[in-house]
Amino acid sequence: MSEAAVEKALDQKMNTVPLKMIGKDVSVYYGEKRALFDVNLNIRENTVTALIGPSGCGKSTFLRTLNRMNDTIENCRVTGRITLDEDDIYDPSIDVVELRARVGMVFQKPNPFPKSIYENVSYGPRIHGLARTKADFDEIVETSLQKAGLWNEVKDRLQEPGTGLSGGQQQRLCIARAVAVSPEVILMDEPCSALDPIATAKVEELIHELRANFTIVIVTHSMQQAARVSQRTAMFHLGNLVEENDTDKMFTNPDDQRTQDYIMGRFG
Amino acid sequence: MTHAHITSAFDEELKYLTRRISEMGGLAEQMVADSVRALVNSDLALAQKVISDDAILDDAERQIGEKAIVTIAKRQPMAADLREIMGSIRIAADLERVGDLGKNTAKRVIAVAGSGIPRKLARGLEHLAELALIQLKEVLDVYASRSPEKANSIRERDEEIDAIYTSLFRELLTYMMEDPRNITPCTHLLFCAKNIERIGDHATNIAETIYYMATGAQPQGERPKDDMTSTLGSVTD
Repeated sequence: MSEAAVEKALDQKMNTVPLKMIGKDVSVYYGEKRALFDVNLNIRENTVTALIGPSGCGKSTFLRTLNRMNDTIENCRVTGRITLDEDDIYDPSIDVVELRARVGMVFQKPNPFPKSIYENVSYGPRIHGLARTKADFDEIVETSLQKAGLWNEVKDRLQEPGTGLSGGQQQRLCIARAVAVSPEVILMDEPCSALDPIATAKVEELIHELRANFTIVIVTHSMQQAARVSQRTAMFHLGNLVEENDTDKMFTNPDDQRTQDYIMGRFG
Repeated sequence: MTHAHITSAFDEELKYLTRRISEMGGLAEQMVADSVRALVNSDLALAQKVISDDAILDDAERQIGEKAIVTIAKRQPMAADLREIMGSIRIAADLERVGDLGKNTAKRVIAVAGSGIPRKLARGLEHLAELALIQLKEVLDVYASRSPEKANSIRERDEEIDAIYTSLFRELLTYMMEDPRNITPCTHLLFCAKNIERIGDHATNIAETIYYMATGAQPQGERPKDDMTSTLGSVTD
């Protein structure tokens, strides 16, 4: 097959990737203030979707609607419809705790529990009843830490506090913690903004590997990071979804002038 | 392209590349025109000037390349900015080649001088050079305006140069067959004609690069070709 034919086949494959989450006419209000305006954005399975845009554009707000983190904010109201597979996640019958086990989250600042490394990872499986015996927990802890690329660095000190790790290690511990409950989707809100370039590279490599088993949505302020880790990119501006495109296209030849101005660092 | 960069130093770096490319273009044009004039008039001093001017063009290409690399490393440019910088590198390389071709023509002036180029052939070469120079000049104007439509129209005009080159080729073969003493000068002239024809190709390359810089897409369709010399091996009539 010629190179062009391979490219085409890959493109077609991209377009037939099943949709993991569907956001339809999603609006979010904080009291009187409207933060999102009828956003229609689909999240493809086993794909890294990057959400970009200037501060206050609504990208984090959208991310948080995907596992109902906005529920914890008073006065916050979400309208529209978001489905995970076929389930409407805002349906009253949905158990939010269970939803957040299916749609996990990693935050901007590493926030390990003030407990041992082992406890940090085994806590989720414990409360969700995913394991019973010590051997089961041991296995979950090991595989989760391995998936997070942290096992070799911490296997001899699992009982030491998670807060004693370096920033980059803490963030990978948080990823291991998110992975431990076998989520389907992992949301990441600027997961590398507090990390140095080496720790950032490790987390990016991890995102690349996790994509095989998980669907990932990442909010980032780093254009280069979005370009490196994602296959799809969505650009937000003033609460609107401006453009959603293949990442390669988005960073070489975007369709929308606002995207162009933003990624090139020009006044918009 | 409507807004300036937030960091104005980035704009300055891009402007530097644009300015240097324009300078290179001007010098390359001058070298090509001088080389053909030197050839037709057997002007050895002018040929020598073209040969030494080539070093300036080589330097300029190196400097543009280095500046482009530093800018990419520093700014990590995206989209149109990235295409602009990559385009600068490619255009600089094409212009450097145009300079080399001019220099090559200039070097042949000594070999051809004294053998008395038939007036008709000289006119043919001059005409070929005129067309190549018009194309080069226009492509440099398009570089300044970044108009993808104009870039496309230049691309379509390379045909004419190819056609004239083919007829010159035919004519030179005829001279060589008439008298074997013509073979040496005519072979040199054949290379000179080829050099000039290649300049048209580089102008077309540059037009395609500009089209890509402006639109982010490759120009559609095959490049028009009317250079038939590759099948002209056995002209006996």
